[in-house]
Amino acid sequence: MPLSTQSQTGGDNYVLVASLDNVRNLSNILKAITFKDHAIFNATPNGLKVTVEDSKCLQANAFIQAEIFQEFTIREDSVGFQVNLTVLLDCLTIFGGSTVPGVATALRMCYNGYGYPLTLFLEEGGVVTVCKINTQEPEEPIDFEFCSTNVTNKVILQSESLKEAFSELDMTSEVLQITMSPSQPYFRLSTFGNSGNAHYDYPKDSDMMELFQCTKTQTNRYKMSLLKPSTKALALSCKVSVRTDCRGFLSLQYLVRNDDGQICFVEYYCCPDEEVEED
Amino acid sequence: MLAKAIHSLSRIGDELYLEPQEDGLALRSVNSSRSAYACFLFSPLFFSRYTIPLGHAFRCKMAIKCVQAVFRSLSSLEKTVEKCHIELDGETSRLTFTLHCKHGLLKTHNLSFQDSESLQAVFDKESCANMLRAQPRLLVDTVLHFPPSLEEVSVSVSGERVWFRNHVDDEAEQSKAMLTELCLSSDEFDHFAVGAQTSITFCLKELRGLLVFAESTGLPVSMYFDEPGSPVVLSVTDSVLEVNFVLATLSDDSNLCNHNNNTKRARSPPPPDDFMTDDIDSYLIAMETSELAGPSDALAPRSPSSNHTLTTQPSAAMRSLERGEEEEEDTEDTERPPNKKFRSLFFGSVCPSDSQLTNQTIKSQEVLASDSEDDTQASLP
Repeated sequence: MPLSTQSQTGGDNYVLVASLDNVRNLSNILKAITFKDHAIFNATPNGLKVTVEDSKCLQANAFIQAEIFQEFTIREDSVGFQVNLTVLLDCLTIFGGSTVPGVATALRMCYNGYGYPLTLFLEEGGVVTVCKINTQEPEEPIDFEFCSTNVTNKVILQSESLKEAFSELDMTSEVLQITMSPSQPYFRLSTFGNSGNAHYDYPKDSDMMELFQCTKTQTNRYKMSLLKPSTKALALSCKVSVRTDCRGFLSLQYLVRNDDGQICFVEYYCCPDEEVEED
Repeated sequence: MLAKAIHSLSRIGDELYLEPQEDGLALRSVNSSRSAYACFLFSPLFFSRYTIPLGHAFRCKMAIKCVQAVFRSLSSLEKTVEKCHIELDGETSRLTFTLHCKHGLLKTHNLSFQDSESLQAVFDKESCANMLRAQPRLLVDTVLHFPPSLEEVSVSVSGERVWFRNHVDDEAEQSKAMLTELCLSSDEFDHFAVGAQTSITFCLKELRGLLVFAESTGLPVSMYFDEPGSPVVLSVTDSVLEVNFVLATLSDDSNLCNHNNNTKRARSPPPPDDFMTDDIDSYLIAMETSELAGPSDALAPRSPSSNHTLTTQPSAAMRSLERGEEEEEDTEDTERPPNKKFRSLFFGSVCPSDSQLTNQTIKSQEVLASDSEDDTQASLP
């Protein structure tokens, strides 16, 4: 790594330093949650968590564990800041997005703490780019209070089949209705659009279904516009877990494998649409 | 194959007319100016199970985009769909497509439809003077030479050869126009029967829709046509399917004006008028539409005369659709007794000329149709 000395950042004052040999391991995941401009970054010794929220109804989180990074040093228990995600992504992909085998862009991300900009060093083929992005006071991410004990229904599916369904979803429908039930239809996605309604049923014994734990029949509706960004995460993932809790809140967890085969998680929480019909 | 048919129909018009008949399921579409009509008739053999309600004839139509969405991705359909079940529910007015896919995935689409009139173009392939049959590959390759933006293509036949050329608008800049001409000899065709030397011009876009379908199924395409102005029928048939695309052709020497002259109204047949005996030697397609409880008159009645620009543009050919009497000399088979229908006719006005290969000459034309239209207009309720 040619980026061993950075006098500009005031070397010793960093509170967070993270390095990646392949910046795509970070940028790809971040692309999956980019639906709003601003993201809240929270780094702990475990790794990096990036949160994006929309209208207090939708929250997306990306988790990149410390092990993914080639170097991950943190001097405090928790480091948080907020940056413009679009700008960050532009910088991360400054050398272009295409993958040429053998050539990777390396990243070194440094943060000196409250009030300092986030400094990025990107290197490809001997060319180094330095980016400084202003940070903001981090907002507190909403706690959706979604805990495992309240989960009524849980399903883990292979992403393949969901990808197909989501790509065909009727976008004229304002809501996506998700029905999970221990009896027929086990897992159903429904749309109600201009031309009529459509249902996608996944039986519990399908080979696409890796786990099926439904205790109660639940039907919930979620605004299509809120869930649409999750399709980006779905596209990257290989497995999805869909959970609903007793209040009808939806949790989608995507297991993403990055270029090097390592696993990261992306999570979406969505609150149900006003009128909730119970079966 | 059903999906391909639907995609093909979507290139013609915006609405899909579905009619289960005794001889099969008919899927039809017509374009907004009524100058192109397509019908896919799937015989019951095509389906593993085909049941239609007895007695009560049923027709419906729906926006074709909705149905297309059900069969959106052709390539994935082939790989994943095991079974497709189509069910019509009269009470809830829903047409349900149930696709049984791999891995147990079940896709159910409930589409709403509208009751509609029966859409049927009446035409007679057998009486056409010229008939060509070719492998779709041949036609696809031919069409490939024309730019995708080309609207109309002219096909000229002589005893031995066929020429395909692009039709250049008179109004277009002569200096910027590029003429492409392709000549095929008769032995490239599976069947080549030319009655008389003729040249016809029709819209390429609609043809492409058929060619895409034909090529994917590998079935030969037959072309039946007569003189300019009379429609060309392109047909693909096999044991379980019959496809007919009927396209209007330009009359000789003029520009194409697409007029939506569809006037659909109820009741009595129009009174006999004289225009049929005038010098129109073109063939007519009678579009029979019988009115049922059809609240949805999708094509708004429009006065044909308002769309006629013929009187002002002598060089413009008019293709108009209007109501008129059934031509006695036509040999089309009609399916319903005349006194129950009204029809919109589809014809081009033609000067009785033998200059059939010149597409560029400007002539003044007799406005034969407009008078009669005015007549029929006035006499109808």
